[in-house]
Amino acid sequence: MTAPQSWIGQRVPKLDAPDKAAGRTRYVQDLVVPGMLAGAIRRSDRVHARIVHIDTAPAMRMPGVHAVLTAADIDNVPFGHGKDNTPFKGDRVRCVRDEIAAVAADTEAQARAACAAVVVEYENLPAVFDPAEALRPGAPVLHTGHPDNRPFTYDYSHGDLATGEQASAHIVETVFRLPFVTHCCLGTSCIVAEFDARGRLTLHSLTQVPFLYRRDMAAICGLQPEDIRVLQGPIGGAFGSKLDIYPYEPIAVHLARATGRPVRILFSRQEEFLASPTRQPARIRLRSGCDGEGRLTFRDASVLLDNGAYTSWGATTPFVMMQTFSSLYRVPHVRFATEVAYTNNPYSGSFRGYGNLQATFAVESHLDMLAEKVGIDPLTLRKRNVNKVGDVTGQGLRFASCGMQKCLHEAARSAGYRSRRNKLPPLRPGTLRGLGMASMLHVGGGAKIYRSDGCGSVLTLDDFGKATLVTGSTDIGQGSETVLAQMVAEVLGLHIDRVQVVNTDTDVKPWDVGVHASRTSYVAGNSAILAAKQARDKLLAAAAAQFGVPVEMLTLGGGHVLLGDRELEPIDRLVRTLHFSGRHELLVTHAYFEPSSVAQDRGFKGNVSPTYAFGTHVVEVEVELDSGIVRVLAVHAAHDVGRVLNALGIEGQIEGGVVMGLGYALTEELQVRQGQVRNPCFRDYHLLTAPEVPPIHMRFVESADPTGPFGAKGVGEAPAICVAAAVANAVFDATGVRFTELPLSPERVLQGLIDAGVAADPLGGL
Amino acid sequence: MSDVTIAFRLNGRMVSATVAPTQAALECLRDQFALTGAKLGCGEGECGACAILLDGQAALGCLTPAADLDGREVRTVEGLRDGPALGRIQAALVHEGAVQCGFCTPGMAVAAAALLAEHPAPTVEQIRRGLEGNLCRCTGYVAIVQAVQTAAEPTP
Repeated sequence: MTAPQSWIGQRVPKLDAPDKAAGRTRYVQDLVVPGMLAGAIRRSDRVHARIVHIDTAPAMRMPGVHAVLTAADIDNVPFGHGKDNTPFKGDRVRCVRDEIAAVAADTEAQARAACAAVVVEYENLPAVFDPAEALRPGAPVLHTGHPDNRPFTYDYSHGDLATGEQASAHIVETVFRLPFVTHCCLGTSCIVAEFDARGRLTLHSLTQVPFLYRRDMAAICGLQPEDIRVLQGPIGGAFGSKLDIYPYEPIAVHLARATGRPVRILFSRQEEFLASPTRQPARIRLRSGCDGEGRLTFRDASVLLDNGAYTSWGATTPFVMMQTFSSLYRVPHVRFATEVAYTNNPYSGSFRGYGNLQATFAVESHLDMLAEKVGIDPLTLRKRNVNKVGDVTGQGLRFASCGMQKCLHEAARSAGYRSRRNKLPPLRPGTLRGLGMASMLHVGGGAKIYRSDGCGSVLTLDDFGKATLVTGSTDIGQGSETVLAQMVAEVLGLHIDRVQVVNTDTDVKPWDVGVHASRTSYVAGNSAILAAKQARDKLLAAAAAQFGVPVEMLTLGGGHVLLGDRELEPIDRLVRTLHFSGRHELLVTHAYFEPSSVAQDRGFKGNVSPTYAFGTHVVEVEVELDSGIVRVLAVHAAHDVGRVLNALGIEGQIEGGVVMGLGYALTEELQVRQGQVRNPCFRDYHLLTAPEVPPIHMRFVESADPTGPFGAKGVGEAPAICVAAAVANAVFDATGVRFTELPLSPERVLQGLIDAGVAADPLGGL
Repeated sequence: MSDVTIAFRLNGRMVSATVAPTQAALECLRDQFALTGAKLGCGEGECGACAILLDGQAALGCLTPAADLDGREVRTVEGLRDGPALGRIQAALVHEGAVQCGFCTPGMAVAAAALLAEHPAPTVEQIRRGLEGNLCRCTGYVAIVQAVQTAAEPTP
C-alpha cells in the first residue's frame, strides 16, 4: 500500500495474510522434521476408575513401534494450576480423556493401532457429575488432598448487602445456567518435541505463554528452563485454549527422550473435542436490587462452577467474573461467592472472555428485569448507572478512560432502540420480533496476575534502513504483529514494508507474560513504542551531530531525517555512517514495558489492569413460534477501543467475537452426560456457518486512553462477552418470556414459549 | 488390496503417484507432493479446510480417495496463484481482512474459486451458501464474504 500520512487507524492488511492465503504458511501441523516419529495417546474410556493393570506388551510387539510409555516409565511430575494433574495417570482415571499410555511409531496409523493394543484393566469407582452433588458430604472424592471436592473458593465483597437491600425498591433473583462449550480451533492440538545431542529440547508448540511454558515444562520434564527452546509457529486458532500445559505436551517430550527421535503428537478432531479444554459451565444465583428510579443498590452472586477432574488456569475465571459483578455499572454493595467443585467431567480451561460471558449473561439479563419492575426502558436504567471516566469502583478498578455512555448511545442509535423496542411488528406470520441490549466491561491492557505483566522489545535498524522488532509477544492470528509494525513505522517514519516483526523464538525474543487478557496491543505496543522512540532519538542525535543542526529541528519521515520539509539524510545512510565511520555503533535499542496495574490484595481489591474495555450490543431477533428457532436479524456493536489502530484488524476482531458470542447464545453446547462427551464432531457440535451470520453494524468509540499506545486499549476478548445477554433480552422483548439458560436452542425456546402460553403445544391435542 | 498407481494433472502439471486404496486425496497431496495448503481440520468432511478443486468442482480432500484423482484435473490452493502473484480471490482475502489464524483460509479460497467458476457475478446469498461447508472460528465470515464479492467484481 502507499504510505499514508499516519499508519495509525489505517486499514492495513495483516503481514502474515499473503502467505496464509497462498497456502504457504507452515503451521506446526504441517511441519515435517527429519526422523520424526508419530506419537499417539491411549486415553481412558472410563469416567472414574482404579487402574488395576496395564499391559503394554501387545503394543510393543506391533509393527513400527519405537516406544510405549506409561506412568511407570517416567517421573510423573504433578502440574497444572492446582498441581493435581500428571502427564500419565498411573493408578486412577478421573475423566474420559485421561492419558494412560502413549506410543511413538513410524507412522500415525501404527501409533494409534499400538495404543489400541494396550490392555487396561479397570475397576470402576463411584463417579459424580453434578457439581452440586459433588459438594455434598459423602460424594465420591476425586483427589485425596481435597476430601470435600473443593479445590478452592473465591469470596469477594464491597459495601454492605443489608444496607443495599434496605435501599432497594425492587429486587430480582434468578438462577442462570451456562453450558459447556469449547474452542473449536480449526487446527487441532499439535506439538513436535526434539532433543539435540547436548540434551537441549526444542518444542514446536502452540502455546500462548512461551516463557511461563518453558519454566513449567522444565519442571514437569526434569530440565532446566534455559535448556528449552520454544518455537511458536503460526497457530490455527487459540482463543485462550493454549494458556495451559496439557498432558500431551510433556508426553511428547517423554516420547522424544525415550526414542532419541523427534516426536509429533497431533490430535484427531474427535480427540480435540474430548481432550481439549472447555469454557466453565456455571450456575449463577444472582440477586440484584435497585431503588425506585432504577439506581442499582446491590448485587449478590453465588456461583457454582464445574471444575471437572483437574484444575487448570481456567479454574481462576471467578477472578474475572467478579469484576463484572462488582464493577459493570456503579453498584454500591456487592457480594460474590464462588464454589468450585471437582467432578468426573472433562476439565475446563481458559476461553476468550474468561468467565465474563457467564457473568455478563446474568448481570445484563437482570438489568432488563429491573427496568421492567421500575417501569422504565432498559436503556434509561443503564444510563442511570453507567460507568464514567475517573470512576474507581468498589473493587478498585480505575477507569482512566471510559466510553461506556457513548457505547450505550451509539449502539442504541444504530439500532433505533428507543423507538423500535417493544413494538417491532412481525415480518412474517407465526413469528415475533424484538430488540435486546447488553453491555460489557473487561480488562483492556492485561491483568497483573504474575509478578510482572510486562513485555520486552528489541529493535534493530539495519544498514539498509529496515527495522526489525523482536517482541516478546505472540501472534495467535489476531494480528498483533501487524499492529506492532504499524506503531514502529509510525514512530520511525518508515513505510510498514520496511518493518518486520520477529515473535516466534524464545532463544531470540525477550520476556513476555503471554498472549491473554486482551493485553498485547497495549503492553507489547507500549513496549515497541518505547524501543522505537529510543531508536528515533539516536538517529536524530546522530544527524544533529553530523549536520550541525539542533536536534529539536529534526524529525523522521519517508525513510529520511527531515529538516522541516527537506530530506536531510536517508536513514540507511545514517545507520551506515554510525556503523562504519568512526563511531562503530549499532542502532539497536531495547525496552521493557511494565503496565501501571497492581496485583490485587487478598480481598481481590486493586486496579488489576491499566485500562478497561467497554461495549454495548443491541441485537434484533425473530422468534419462530411453531419451532422455537431464534434468528438474529442484526447486531449493532459499539465498542470503546481507546483508539482504532488497524481498522481492518479491529473489524475482524469484533465480527469474529460477535459470531463466537452468537454461537454461545444459540447453538453451541458440548453435551456431557455421565462424564461422556456425546457430540465430539462438527456434525453434532453446531458452529455457526456463513449463511447464519447476521449483518453486524459496528461503531468505534475512541476514548483515547491516556496511557494506551496512541490511545488504544485491547479488545480481543470484548466482542464475545455481551452477545448472549443481548440475545436473551431481545427474545424477551419479542415474546415476554425470560430465558435463563443457554444455548437458546429451538427445543429450549419452544418449551419455554409453550410453558408461558405464548406458543401452542404442537402435541397438545394428542 | 494392493497399491494403485495414478496419474493426474496437478496445478497444471502431469504427475503420478502410488497410493493405497484407502488413502485420502488430502494425505496424498500433503505427504507425496508437499502441498500442505489444504488442511486436515476434521477428517470427516465437516469443516472444508481440506477443499480442493477436482475438474473445477470443489471436493473434500479428506473424504475423496486418492485413487479417484486418476485422470482428473486437480487444483489446490497453491495452484490458485496467478504466476508469482496471488490470485484474485487470494488477494481479496488479504485486502478485506478475511485472514486471521488462516487455517481455514486455503479451503475458503478453493470454495470461493469453485463458486466464482459457477457464478461469476454471485449474489451475497449465493456467496454465503457457497461457503456454507467451510467453518471459520476467527472471522465471523463477514470479511470472507466481502472478499469473494470483491474478487467477483470485474477488473477496472
